Amino acid sequence: MAFSIYDFNTLTSSIHHSLSQHLSPTGVMVAEWTLIGISFLLFVAVFGLFLVYLERKVCAFFQQRLGPMRVGPWGLLQTIADFIKLLMKELILPNRADKFLYNLAPYIVITVTFMAIAVIPFAKGLQALDFDIGVFYVTAVSSLGVIGILLAGWSSNNKFSLIGAMRSGAQIISYELSVGMALITMIIFAGTMQISGIVEAQRAGWFIYTGHIPAIIAFFVFVIAGTAETNRGPFDLAEAESELTAGFHTEYSGIKFAFFFLAEYVNLFIVAAMATTLFLGGWMPLHFGHWVGFNHAMDFIPPIFWFFSKVMAVIFLIMWFKWTFPRLRVDQILVLEWKFLLPINLVNILLMTLIVLKKWHF
Amino acid sequence: MEKNDSIEHQEYFVNMGPQHPSTHGVLRLLLKLEGEIVHNVEPHIGYIHSGIEKMCEAISYPQIVHLTDRMDYLSAHINNEAVCLCVENALEVEVPERVKYIRTIMAELTRIASHQLWWCAFGMDMGALTTFFYGLRDRETILDIFEETCGARLTVNYSTPGGLMFDIHPNFQKKVKDFIVEFRKRLPEFDQLLTGNVIFQERTHNVGPLSLQDAIAYGVTGPSGRASGFSCDVRKNHPYSAYPLVKFNEILDTKGDTFARYKVRILEMWESMSIIEQLIDNIPEGDYQVKMKGVIKLPEGEYYQRVEAARGDFGVYIISDGKKNPYRVKFRSPGFSNLSALNKISKGFKIADLVAIMGTLDLVIPDIDR
Repeated sequence: MAFSIYDFNTLTSSIHHSLSQHLSPTGVMVAEWTLIGISFLLFVAVFGLFLVYLERKVCAFFQQRLGPMRVGPWGLLQTIADFIKLLMKELILPNRADKFLYNLAPYIVITVTFMAIAVIPFAKGLQALDFDIGVFYVTAVSSLGVIGILLAGWSSNNKFSLIGAMRSGAQIISYELSVGMALITMIIFAGTMQISGIVEAQRAGWFIYTGHIPAIIAFFVFVIAGTAETNRGPFDLAEAESELTAGFHTEYSGIKFAFFFLAEYVNLFIVAAMATTLFLGGWMPLHFGHWVGFNHAMDFIPPIFWFFSKVMAVIFLIMWFKWTFPRLRVDQILVLEWKFLLPINLVNILLMTLIVLKKWHF
Repeated sequence: MEKNDSIEHQEYFVNMGPQHPSTHGVLRLLLKLEGEIVHNVEPHIGYIHSGIEKMCEAISYPQIVHLTDRMDYLSAHINNEAVCLCVENALEVEVPERVKYIRTIMAELTRIASHQLWWCAFGMDMGALTTFFYGLRDRETILDIFEETCGARLTVNYSTPGGLMFDIHPNFQKKVKDFIVEFRKRLPEFDQLLTGNVIFQERTHNVGPLSLQDAIAYGVTGPSGRASGFSCDVRKNHPYSAYPLVKFNEILDTKGDTFARYKVRILEMWESMSIIEQLIDNIPEGDYQVKMKGVIKLPEGEYYQRVEAARGDFGVYIISDGKKNPYRVKFRSPGFSNLSALNKISKGFKIADLVAIMGTLDLVIPDIDR
């Protein structure tokens, strides 16, 4: 099997060839879908667990402690142990809960994350779906997640859960706008909605550099709104521990809680991956104009490594927010969106259009 | 059907507590909500009622001291001191200067430790989880000093009627001075992490304002009362122990909102440090105890002693009929009166504000329930 770490097309096409020698075209398609599904399942499970571990370590270092240290070396197996515990827990159905919706909610939340992850370009050729409306698809799919949260809050028959779900609804619907606007700014600049095209357009320079002022503004707006959309601190109103005990997932236990928990971290990854793809050049290595030697050395680092290091940097930034800021109040969160981020975004789109028209970009 | 009964105008009742992360214990609040807005707060207390006042009637005076630090466990030493002072005043015993100095230093250390823990918990209430570890980190040093002094870290029981249980440890002065030097550097970190934060400022300014009239009417004392401009510091107004000998400012604010209550507590930590600094080098030599009778009997009569606990004015009221145990004991706990103002100041604010207001009232539930 021919395989180059610099271009995953070699891997995928060789798999395709070897499969088509043995199976009918329909069979090949089914086999490939299954393979993609299994690899996403594995990725979500492993990376989700890793992010939980990372968050615990990062938060521990912010708080001057060590974090998990007992299970495995440096506590590496802690999250796995936690998930085994969650798997073994009893699933409790609250009294007078809406049974169907209660059971449905965690699956909606987790399914949506899988759908969004399909368009993430991990490296050259390592992207499950590459539409011409890729960016639009991500925003469309990621806003479905709120349905799961609303259902969870509504069906649990718990007043705290309901308040949490209503807050979450108001928050995600508002911040969806900012995420969309920030993406539109970059789409105007890139001239395409196809994700592979956007990454390819950043070969000469990352958008955050070539698009300069409006791109930087859009990046910050995107990170803030993305944090809000993943329900993370300082925007974690939906599960505000000190106010609503655990918000919308108060009544969930065992694996269903694990689904919410995992989905939150995978959403964090999706936000970071979209920020990476649209602003930080996706899997493109760092290049400086005419520094041939430097550029060549950077090319030597595999794209998948570039992608994940950029994603990790953004994830660290978002974790940093959470562990240093107090939580906003529900009215303040809406004021921030409607009175600040949205007008900034609209002006920013105009600015970006002007820059594209006048060719003031690099 | 009246308009108010329709679905849109239905009031929404939520039981906050008795098991809830931000009631800091087993306080139950019955909230009447309209969406997020709090219309009425009805505190239901008594979930950790332990009958301390009744128990006191069956035990001797030195034993009462041990029960007092189970009430407001965060200002245990100050509560102990109140009972000791009450008994000493009743018997007209003059304790040595050394005892007064050590008691005052211990009381101020307790106050700092209590305010530190309040700061941690308040940060958590606001959603800033990192504050918890910063505050506890520094509190640990104080608890270590307590441990070395009297063997206990939280419920110290260091005072007895007539003096102290033991003399201070030889390291005491050095360790306290080291702590002050260290904490003077670390207290600004508290401000960097939380006070200056934009979100924090937005969350606390003009939230839950308590006017001076209301503070006096509800008997809100301690830092919460002083934030409204109510000059209620017992250390200033009715000095006891070594407080007449030290110079310190009574921290007063006029706004009475959540931020004012927050600021008063932070500034009080600075004042407490300055009080300790004035005393720590001048602890006079002498006995740490006066000889008391084996069985303490108070003369017939009524006795009252106030002290400034970390949460406010703490009072001990003893009625004695001349026997070895009191006829009746009543504790005036600051938390109880402070809680009574909660409904008044949190009406019309949001749930998140209610949590913040409750945080700055600094409630300790066993102190309320006794």
